[in-house]
Amino acid sequence: MQLKAGTRLRSATDACEVVVVKAPAEPVDLRCGGHAFLPVDAEVTAESIESGFDQGTQLGKRYSDEELGLEVLCTKAGEGSISVGETVLDVKGAKPLPASD
Amino acid sequence: MLLEMAAEGDPERIVLGSHDGGITAADLLERARRAAVYFEKSGAEVVGYFGVNSDVLPIALFGAALAGVPFTPINYRAPDEQLTGILGRVAGGLMVADDDEVDRLRACGAGNVVTKGELASAIAEPVTGEHPFVDPEEIAVLLFTSGTTSEPKAAVLRHRHLVSYIISSVEFLGCEPTEAQLICVPPYHIAGIAAVLSSLYAGRRIMYLPSFEAASWVRLATEERITHAMVVPTMLGRILAAVEDSGVEPPALRHLSYGGGRMPLELVERTLRDLPDVDLVNAYGLTETSSTIAMLTPDDHREAFASDDPLVRARLGSVGRPLPSLEVEVRGTDDAVLPAGEKGEIWVRGEQVAGEYVGNNVLTEDGWFRTRDAGWFDDEGYLYIDGRLDDVIVRGAENISPGEVEEVLMAHGAVAEAAVIGIPDAEWGEAVAAVVVLHDGAAATQDELQEWVRQRLRSTKMPCVVDFRDELPYSPTGKLLRRVLRDELAEAVGGAS
Repeated sequence: MQLKAGTRLRSATDACEVVVVKAPAEPVDLRCGGHAFLPVDAEVTAESIESGFDQGTQLGKRYSDEELGLEVLCTKAGEGSISVGETVLDVKGAKPLPASD
Repeated sequence: MLLEMAAEGDPERIVLGSHDGGITAADLLERARRAAVYFEKSGAEVVGYFGVNSDVLPIALFGAALAGVPFTPINYRAPDEQLTGILGRVAGGLMVADDDEVDRLRACGAGNVVTKGELASAIAEPVTGEHPFVDPEEIAVLLFTSGTTSEPKAAVLRHRHLVSYIISSVEFLGCEPTEAQLICVPPYHIAGIAAVLSSLYAGRRIMYLPSFEAASWVRLATEERITHAMVVPTMLGRILAAVEDSGVEPPALRHLSYGGGRMPLELVERTLRDLPDVDLVNAYGLTETSSTIAMLTPDDHREAFASDDPLVRARLGSVGRPLPSLEVEVRGTDDAVLPAGEKGEIWVRGEQVAGEYVGNNVLTEDGWFRTRDAGWFDDEGYLYIDGRLDDVIVRGAENISPGEVEEVLMAHGAVAEAAVIGIPDAEWGEAVAAVVVLHDGAAATQDELQEWVRQRLRSTKMPCVVDFRDELPYSPTGKLLRRVLRDELAEAVGGAS
């Protein structure tokens, strides 16, 4: 699917929701629990989580594929894991900036 | 979305108010939802906030967001004429106001006003109902910002700009529940809004001090075990003096960020000496860029302060390096990118950069925003600011338009021409100075003209000095050369002190 920064998505298999922070220019096969993500306001389906894609997601963590230039932020946690195709995404390490406001 | 995440992540964390009895994240979300219903019922197209900081601010801010309408904090110190103009531009809005501002608001044309107290009562009742999902393209906040002419511009910040800024610069719930931020910057300033969002997302409790007074600041910081605070240059000097006088240093304080205007170097150095355990951050940003775009970190400060190398030491006067999520360039008059060391205009591009005013998007075709700030990079990518290109005076954290003060001066019978400029000032960053040419045979004193301005505008806009001349410098095309006057006066004032 074509992604852009700010796009909100929901998992087809669990409660997970994400917002896209960075997206590549080309479409991405972004999945949760092994099934393609849906637009956040899409009808709730209840696909079952594929095995191998069940590590779960954590609220507030960022998941990325640096090579692709893709980064998403988990806005609601869930049981499935986020992947591009079959490749599960890594949690992006926290490198916080000092507070400025 | 940010508030919902915070409420889900740690619902029982106290996020607003005192560590003893403040409002939790879950509670704030609930109140915001109720406020949203109230706003929807009122039919308001915009929710305005007219008054000093208070716990009602975040409730109104998030309530407006949930209701899908823009939020606009308005400068309660604006003179009536300007206020009337602003209210006219947000007609159809509901103003949430301090009790003692209601009459003035109505007199200036506000149709729909509710006091903070009334809003608080109205949301005491639980409500039911889901809120429709708000499009990130919708306008989240409108902030009126001054420019060179006296009519303020309404800067537009959409949800996606603010959210992008927060999620790329703040670690979600990255703070311990013991961390607390003292907010004393006005709500109608971008820093006041950004502070609410970043504190909440980071899990840092917000404690408001509605109006600044140094001893109160120190006392509150001590009692509430404040760990973080944002100060504008004028506050910092007074806080250091209060700490010195009282001998009390807020024990939990470990982080001070500053910005909004030029911070005098002597003050930064004094803070590094007097409060060595406190991390300092200099944040450079604009309303139009959802606040911070470059930052001088605590390590940058300490390294520069300890260095013998003059180039490194000089960085204490810089605004640090651009945020990793942004591109910042210095460009010349022909729009070409300039190399390090050369002065030009600062341009910025990124997801958080809105670059938009009501009715007018000023981003270039490829998404760059021109800040109208003059500056340059050093060899290591540290950014230095060299004043405004468009002559706006930045005094404290307030933008003062020279045009407005010039008009007032020229309304005086004795004044033929007037030029108003900013000159460097140790306390305010810049001070307002005036250069006037009197009519033949007319007479006026500095005191007279200062009083004339003070009565018509606010005292902050009163020139600290009035220089009398036979003529003002103009370019061949008739443009008043304020920069020339600025250089001349700065030299004269610098020389004298």
